[in-house]
Parts: sequence; structure tokens; C-alpha cells
Amino acid sequence: MIRVQNLVKTFGEVKAVDDVSFEVRAGEIFAFLGPNGAGKTTTIQMLTTLQRPTSGSMSLDGVDPTTKQLEARRSFGIVFQDPSLDVELTAYENLELHGVLYHVPRKVRSERIETLLKLFELWDRRDSFVKTFSGGMKRRLEIARGLLHTPKILFLDEPTLGLDPQSRNQLWTHVKGLNESEGVTVFLTTHYMDEAERVAHRIAIIDHGRIVAQGTAQELKAQTGTDSLEGAFLALTGSTIRDERADAADQMRQMVKMWRR
Amino acid sequence: MTVIYILWLREVKRYVRSRPQIIASLAQPLLYLLVLGFGLGPVFERAGQGSYIQFVGPGVVGMGILFTSIFSGIGLLWDRQFGFLKETLVAPVPRLQIMAGRTLGGATIAMIQGMLVLAVCMIAGFRPQSLLGVPMALVFMALTAIVFAALGTAIGSALKDMQGFQLIMNFLVMPIFFLSGALFPLTNLPTALTVATRLDPLAYGIDGLRGALIGLWQIGPVTNVVVLASVGAAFLALGARAFSKIQV
Repeated sequence: MIRVQNLVKTFGEVKAVDDVSFEVRAGEIFAFLGPNGAGKTTTIQMLTTLQRPTSGSMSLDGVDPTTKQLEARRSFGIVFQDPSLDVELTAYENLELHGVLYHVPRKVRSERIETLLKLFELWDRRDSFVKTFSGGMKRRLEIARGLLHTPKILFLDEPTLGLDPQSRNQLWTHVKGLNESEGVTVFLTTHYMDEAERVAHRIAIIDHGRIVAQGTAQELKAQTGTDSLEGAFLALTGSTIRDERADAADQMRQMVKMWRR
Repeated sequence: MTVIYILWLREVKRYVRSRPQIIASLAQPLLYLLVLGFGLGPVFERAGQGSYIQFVGPGVVGMGILFTSIFSGIGLLWDRQFGFLKETLVAPVPRLQIMAGRTLGGATIAMIQGMLVLAVCMIAGFRPQSLLGVPMALVFMALTAIVFAALGTAIGSALKDMQGFQLIMNFLVMPIFFLSGALFPLTNLPTALTVATRLDPLAYGIDGLRGALIGLWQIGPVTNVVVLASVGAAFLALGARAFSKIQV
């Protein structure tokens, strides 16, 4: 369903993604694990037409997202790692807008919005402006929005960052349900080993833009001679802490946060 | 079509909900109108040009439209910073439609802003020559709003962060305003300045507004419409091109 071959993305001197190849089969849940700045998000951005690769080839359901962008966009849905809501609109309006952008018919749209807002316990706050929401509520709303239409491929970029255990559980139950009943292929990235182990059929570990290992959780453990996925992860990526480079957008957001106080 | 509509609606909703901003953005044109209107009025009249408030009224209406429409395009930068832009960029709809919805939304709010400024001008003593001119003025307001909303979208797509914003403000928006003839008549100017004013699309919008509202044409209605429509089409094409190339 997703095929990536020798994918490279450089930003100036930095090689964010360095010769990455992998394949995700239809109906599979595939997890990308890696430390901060390993190239997980950049890979997703290239697959979802937000960035152009420096070299290499990709295909989503047989469509090349670099040349047939619109066609490729029809095949996937995505929950972004960082915020992407319009905070000046209400929760309901955000979902409504998404539904229109993804051509969900009006009747189905209002039913699904209600179901999802109830599932993520935001129904009572549907008419509140998103700017009044807490971080966790915003995150839940983003996830509800990502699940509003049923795509062939669902990208989840660190979806559980900042979620409480209850919502985390709701999310994975829902995603597993979608995968089993509708056959949705899921590509996710996460920092949480237990989640990857719980939901993913196969896992790839990426570090410094390169895939260092891939296989089932069992295989990764066997390969490294460790007894937990976390142990395998540390064995493969080392234990140094990485910093992500802050870009203009992050600086800007910090500025705004400062002025809001 | 619904995609264009929902994105248009988003722009309009955001505008209507930000009342403090609406009031704040009325202050600048009002300042020009009152300070220059009363400050330069006597000189202007002694030079035999009639009432300066009458002259500058259409100018500040055009100013309101210029600023609001350019800023609405630059709102794209905010959407980029706060992430909402990504949400629209990965959606399975042609980017042309997204760009069209946003730009039409920006043009609509610029037009509402222009009408508010006109109302404020009338409170301050500005009087249109006849009410028949008002519909024609609205046409020129719409054309001007589309031209600069499209330019704003093109700029907003090309800029990566707010640092470029001051540059655009000082080297593009302010010159467009000052060279448009909003504040002074475009007759008997040095040749270089005449050429510069003729290259400024806002000059045609202001001339159209002034002609429609007080019957003073320095360029002429047909030329105004032709120039505004063709520049508008060119900027829309430019904006669409820039928007389709955005990478996050």
C-alpha cells in the first residue's frame, strides 16, 4: 500500500532522511520509532505531499505523491504531530470544515461529527472556540477530526503526545477497530514503545535519517538480544539525547505564547 | 464549489468575530481623514481645489481596502505558523479552489471594511455627489479588493515567516498607498512621479472611487475597469501559482 525506495531529503547541509526504503502492506499497522529529529515527520511530510523529496521514489496505493499530488491526497488521512486546528473557529466548525474538504456527504458528516465528539468527550463543548480549549482537548479534537472520513491509509504522527491514558486508550481501540473492520492501512510514529508493541504489526526503527532495523516487535527483540522493545530501541539507537532543530514556526509560536500571557 | 464556499465563510466568520480588530483597523483611515482633512483643508482650498475632505474621502476608503485585503493574504502566514494551513494543503481538493476561497474571503472582508470606512467618512462630513454613484463605487471597491487580496495571497505564499513582513509593508504597501493619489491629485506632477503613479494599480481603484463618488475623474472609468480587471487576473494567476508551490 505504501512503498518507499531510497528516499532522501536534505535541508541545506543536513540530511533529514537518508536513503530510506520500506514497504507497508495493505491492511497493516506499521510503526515508525525513532528519537527526536530522526526523520519520522519529514518522511510523513513527503508521503503526504507537504514536502518534495530530494531524491528517491514513493507510492501510495500505486500513486506517486510527488507527481500526482491530488490523486495521492485522495487516498489518505492524517493526524499531524503539531497543532493544525483553526483556534478562532468552534470545535464543531473545525470538524465541519474538514468534512467539506474531504467530501463527506452532509448527512453522514453530521452523524460522524456527533459520534466522534462524543467518543472523545467534546460534544458538550462543540460550540466553544478552540482557543478556549486545554492542550489535551485540542489534541483530542485533532484526532477526532483525523478520523472523520475513512481513508485507505491513515497517517498518525505522534498522535498520543499530550493525551491522557483514557483518550489514548480510546484512540488505539478506535484505530484498531478501523483497521480490522474497514481494512484501513495505518502508518504511525510514536515515542511510546508500549503503544507500538500493542498496536503495530511491524515496526521500523529510524535514527539519523536511516532505518536501522525493521520487523515485528518479536523480531526486533530477538535481533538485539533484549527482552523488551524499549531495550531493543536503546540498543539500536544508543542512549544520547537529541535536540530537534527549532525552525521559524516554533520560534514564532513561542513568541505568541509569550505575548498571550 | 462547497469547498470554496466553506473557506470563504471561514474568512468572513473570523473577521466578523474580531470586533476589536475591526475598530482598530478603522482608526488609521480615520486619522488620515481627520488630521489631513482638517490640517491640509485650508491650503487645499486656497489652491483652488475645493474641499479636501471630499477629495481625500475616497482615498481613505481605498486605503482601508488596500490594507485589509493585503493583510488577509498575509493571514496565510499565521495559518502556516499555527498549522492550520497544513490541514487545507493535504486535503483532496485542488489548491486552486483553496486559494480561490481564501482570496474571495479576503476580498469580501476588504469590501466590508471599505464600506465601513465610507460610512465613517460620511459621519465626518464627506458627502457623495449623488446616490447613483454609490453602486459604481461598490464595483470599484470590489475590483480593488480582489486585486490586492490576490496580491496578498501571492505574498503570503512566498513568505516563510514574519520577518519579511516589515519589508513588504515598507517597500510595497506604503508606496502603493502613497503613489495611488489617495492623498493628492495626480495632475501636474513631475514626469517620473506620473509614471510611478500610473504603474500603481491602486491609482486606478482610487480614481474609480473618486469619480463614482464625487465626479472627479483623472484617469477615466473605462481605463480604470480594464486595468483593474487585467491586473486582478494577473495577480490571481500569480497567487494561484505561488500557493500551489507551498511546502510546509
